[in-house]
Amino acid sequence: MSTLEIRDLHVRVAGDDGAEILKGVDLTVSSGQTHAIMGPNGSGKSTLAYSIAGHPKYTVTQGSVLLDGADVLAMTVDERARAGLFLAMQYPVEVPGVSVSNFLRTAATAVRGEAPKLRTWVREVNDAMGALEMDRSFAERSVNEGFSGGEKKRHEILQMTLLQPKIAILDETASGLDVDALRVVSEGVNRVRNTGIGTLLITHYTRILRYIQPDFVHVFFDGRIVESGGAELAARLEDEGYARFGVNETASA
Amino acid sequence: MTAADVEPRTTATAGGPVLAGGHSHGLRTGTPPERFTSRDPDAFAVPTGREEEWRFTPLRAIRPLLHPFEPTTEISATVEAPIGVTAESVPSADPRVGRVLQPADRVSALALARTPNAFVVVIPAGVALDEPVVVTGKATPGTTYAHLVIEAGAGSRATVVVEYTGSATVAENVEILVGDGAALEVVTVHNWDGDAIQLAAQSARIGRDGRLDVTSVNLGGKLVRLNPSVRFDGPGGLVRLHGVSFAGAGQHLETRLYVDHGAPECTSDVLYKNALQGEGARTVWIGDVRIRPAAIGTNTFELNRNLVLTDGARADSVPNLEIETGEIAGAGHASATGRFDDLQLFYLQARGIPETEARRLVVRGFFADVVERIAVPDLRERLMRAIESRLEEPA
Repeated sequence: MSTLEIRDLHVRVAGDDGAEILKGVDLTVSSGQTHAIMGPNGSGKSTLAYSIAGHPKYTVTQGSVLLDGADVLAMTVDERARAGLFLAMQYPVEVPGVSVSNFLRTAATAVRGEAPKLRTWVREVNDAMGALEMDRSFAERSVNEGFSGGEKKRHEILQMTLLQPKIAILDETASGLDVDALRVVSEGVNRVRNTGIGTLLITHYTRILRYIQPDFVHVFFDGRIVESGGAELAARLEDEGYARFGVNETASA
Repeated sequence: MTAADVEPRTTATAGGPVLAGGHSHGLRTGTPPERFTSRDPDAFAVPTGREEEWRFTPLRAIRPLLHPFEPTTEISATVEAPIGVTAESVPSADPRVGRVLQPADRVSALALARTPNAFVVVIPAGVALDEPVVVTGKATPGTTYAHLVIEAGAGSRATVVVEYTGSATVAENVEILVGDGAALEVVTVHNWDGDAIQLAAQSARIGRDGRLDVTSVNLGGKLVRLNPSVRFDGPGGLVRLHGVSFAGAGQHLETRLYVDHGAPECTSDVLYKNALQGEGARTVWIGDVRIRPAAIGTNTFELNRNLVLTDGARADSVPNLEIETGEIAGAGHASATGRFDDLQLFYLQARGIPETEARRLVVRGFFADVVERIAVPDLRERLMRAIESRLEEPA
């Protein structure tokens, strides 16, 4: 049983006069729960994801983030990952010359605290790749280099599968995916979700919620959660868009 | 000092007919119409540092090499060679010496005129080697000349690894002959101690349908300046010039290459990658490629990439391309200098990988496409480990 507690989180863009983007976020995500955070462009929902992961572009000015009572904000980026946090990124970064297989094994070794036994590791990777309908040749390519949008998202979920986090944050995981890829990626997420982890799903659009059903839906606007409810809130956003928050953006696509 | 002073005087890709001197977008290319070469050292003025070919080099450090001297040390060579290969030290009057080199600067001319001996490696015609020839040169402190000849006879196949260790101040000439239809790989590993100084002119001639791969690996030394030059004796030749350099604090690593396309249907592929870390770390890369009127069907591409890991380092990069015939298959160059990418670091760390290991992965990845072209697996792994250990140095 794990719990991620976000209390009164304020975040600025790093730098002398960086704008404040998060203006007091409160949220608790526990094992077995799936929370969807929905909001229009620029509301700060991706900043929330990056701040929890420790992206250097953002500075926390107030508030706390605790994972099972431990101070996440005091940890380095890699310590947060080893503590059990995982961020599936909207824009995964290319790392030329580093093969996927080397990257995965290095990451798994770091997170698990010891190198996985080679024979079981190969099977583990092959099974996970097969389930995500990824070709084996994928393992020999450089990390995210020349990947299509769909390949990048599959690769993120492959990592999530192998690193077995306590709490996973998925940032716009559905964006740019066609129907087939969305199904494959969502099924991958659901398999990990079904192991009992806590999930924070960040999305502008309701589309992915048809594949990954949330227990809680939160509307994010101007740097904070302005409304919370169950799955019915997503249905309402699907119909109404973000108009009642003063933004002319739809939530269905 | 700023982190990355880039000087790409020409950055575009040329593909069509351009007259001599017409490339470079209105700027001076830095390449004279014809290179001056001479065996007479006094045909070259003592450089002042204002000359195009010396303007990046700290002359104070190399001053002993600008004037004639009596050698006070030598590089002793040990050789591991498969049966059939001859490798021996010979007097510089040996007829196998001086068939390729056309000295293009005073240091090279002095070294040719004054070196007492040359080390000659010959792979006979038609011989295909399974194992590399490994020449390890060890120097003790002092000032000296050196001369190395590597000859690959017609139709032969071989890899020759030359590693420099120890410390000295050295003016060296290297001559490489690739016979018709031969395929030769030469890897030079400049693994000097921290205070070594090496100036080396590496001159190559490639016969009809011959192939030459040269990879220079610059790890050690206070100042290493390499001048590779390549000529084609007939059509169908291929040269791949590659380099990896890791410049640490106070280290000056310079490469000035010249590929002279004078025969038809030849290909040159140039790829150099440098990483810089620490105060005063310095790399210089000058890539001159000339396509003469006779060199129809030429295909050439050169690329230099520099990875600046810390403040206080400086990378200069100047590609030059002169095209004197419209009938080429392709010609281009590119140069890019960038800082260490914090986003790559974030991504790797976000997967639990500690920062030092993440930096190692990124730098290893940066060099991977060059190092992977070396045909000797043990050497590849050893070089990668050596590069990784350089990362541990204080900046």
